[in-house]
Amino acid sequence: MNSDLVKIEEGVKFIPGASALVGPLNKIINWGRSGSMWPVTFGLACCAIEMMVAGASTNDLDRFGIIFRASPRQADCLILAGTITKKMAPVIRRVYDQMPEPRYVLAMGSCACSGGVFDTYAVVQGGDEFLPVDVYIPGCPPRPEALLEGLIKLQEKINGEQGRWSQLT
Amino acid sequence: MESTDIVEKLRKKFSDDVLDSYQHRGQNGVLIRRDHILDVCTYLRDECSMNHLMCLTGVDNSKRKATAAPCYERFEVVYQFYSIAEKYRIRLRAQVPEDDCSIESITSLWIGADWLERECYDLMGIHFDGHPDLRRILTPDDWEGHPLRKEYPLRGDGKWTGYEELKAKSKELSRFDFYQKDHEIGEHE
Repeated sequence: MNSDLVKIEEGVKFIPGASALVGPLNKIINWGRSGSMWPVTFGLACCAIEMMVAGASTNDLDRFGIIFRASPRQADCLILAGTITKKMAPVIRRVYDQMPEPRYVLAMGSCACSGGVFDTYAVVQGGDEFLPVDVYIPGCPPRPEALLEGLIKLQEKINGEQGRWSQLT
Repeated sequence: MESTDIVEKLRKKFSDDVLDSYQHRGQNGVLIRRDHILDVCTYLRDECSMNHLMCLTGVDNSKRKATAAPCYERFEVVYQFYSIAEKYRIRLRAQVPEDDCSIESITSLWIGADWLERECYDLMGIHFDGHPDLRRILTPDDWEGHPLRKEYPLRGDGKWTGYEELKAKSKELSRFDFYQKDHEIGEHE
């Protein structure tokens, strides 16, 4: 009987005819989550141009299940693509607060990571001052491949997560 | 008519107001007193067909080198005019003293000057008398100081309360995060 199981992922098997998956809950849910990361369509500065390129046909984020959503309420991750000004920061926080959990933040480019060259009165010195950033992508701007690498790193992070259910006793 | 002719006309008509004029790489500039700026602009618009205000900006001359082009006061408001019909342009540099940092608004002549003057007020602190809605435009409404003045420190003087409140709120909300981070927001490992 065991030989009929179809392995679809390490530790996850499909039972033909029963329409059922067998595996640890963590694995299956993380597998689903990492395969459907939907970032909110939100650009701040020039990095947003590279983000658009990453979404276009050459790199094609769709093949990783990464589809830009125009509403934060349908999104899983927020890509901070560009310089964050202090005036914009409350708006970004509001977008983040509207996203359903679990939610992730990618800081794309030098400005979103650390303020970059703009060590000035108007610019936030890194998105992590007011948001929990999961992945930092350096570059000015990062190439689309670098953003892709960052998104894949986030997928790896999601795959390694222990869900809340696993903390229940 | 060339824009140099306009400079001559201005010199004749407003002999008390025109302080200096110059030509540099084919561009004509006129330094004027601020007092009759509205009259000068009305004259340029109605008599010299200068129907387009290309740009309006402010300059802080406090660190200007003595060798550079002359200036008479600490601040300047620079107007770039263009004649769409005649295809010539002219630059006006109205001198604004530091102790009475204000100039007449030209929004009654070009409505497009509205936001340009607001920007100039926001970043330079030059007041435009007669402006319909002189608020800040780029910095937040409760911002203190005028960032493009030379004495303004690069990293700002004091903290903007709006951002400080946001940081405090973010810290407060972080305990509701789905996955608790190993370190708090704003603190690096």
